Amino acid sequence: MHAELSVLRVVTKLLVPLILLFALYVQFHGDFGPGGGFQAGVIFAAGIILYALVFGLDAARRVVPPALVLRGMPLGVLLYAGTGFATVLLGGDFLDYDRIDPAHPAHGQHLGILIVELGVGLTVASTMVSLFYSFAARGTKE
Amino acid sequence: MTEFALVNGVLFVILAITALAIARLRELIAVAMLGGLFSLTSASIFVLLDAVDVAFTEAAVGAGMTTVLMLAGLGLTQQREKLTPPRRAVPAALVVALTGALLVYATADLPPFGAPGTPVQRHPLTERYLVDSAREVGLPNTVTSVLASYRGYDTLGETVVIFTAGIGVLLLLGRAGRRREETR
Repeated sequence: MHAELSVLRVVTKLLVPLILLFALYVQFHGDFGPGGGFQAGVIFAAGIILYALVFGLDAARRVVPPALVLRGMPLGVLLYAGTGFATVLLGGDFLDYDRIDPAHPAHGQHLGILIVELGVGLTVASTMVSLFYSFAARGTKE
Repeated sequence: MTEFALVNGVLFVILAITALAIARLRELIAVAMLGGLFSLTSASIFVLLDAVDVAFTEAAVGAGMTTVLMLAGLGLTQQREKLTPPRRAVPAALVVALTGALLVYATADLPPFGAPGTPVQRHPLTERYLVDSAREVGLPNTVTSVLASYRGYDTLGETVVIFTAGIGVLLLLGRAGRRREETR
């Protein structure tokens, strides 16, 4: 079965690192260009799903274990909400990033946005991958 | 301007043809693939309207993720659409025509594309976001400033929605499903 897939496999091996790299670019460059955590998370998940489609679910599960994505889903939300509570503890309003660096509010804003976008990306990527895992696992069991 | 209208017109014709093909096809795998094409065409229209962030999301989620999940979902069910009994065709056509007429009627209230002086442009918040955000937040991409800082609370809610939806699907398909299969 795998012999006729060799073109697909080689192309996928070339593409997946580029897709993951592009996802990281979209994640951390979202402040300057289009994109952000949501799009980056989806693109990152798409890279892993492409790998799973060509190399099989088991191979993908060895690279990205289901336990990891199950923990990633709440971790992103906690990171986002935690940033909000951290700014409250620092004496500001909920998600008031100015408090992260009161001397340079713009710097605090930058850092806060980076962290919450990371939380969004983490939750989105983990949710998409675990959705795919659960769909694909049920489809192949019969 | 004519080129803009021409490209837009061609894209809308592609959209309409894709939608008609989706409605007529019974083969659900082809429908899922055409759904991806529909999203990609919509994303191109969003780029033309200068909504790059929306286009980005539409291309990644609509064309990429949704298509894959639809195909994976088709693995769990049958791959041909069931025929609708003809006696339901008339009420369905009525509902579709009524909804379409309402939507067309509502577009008459929208200002023309690019019209100056609309509430969106006159509201003081627009000035605040487009001008003051450079000082207050200091990011070149205003969309990110609005999403993650000015309206960060909304985005937190959206993230929670995604998380909740994921949990819901996992409860339906994930571990619960596995246990049922073992006892069978």
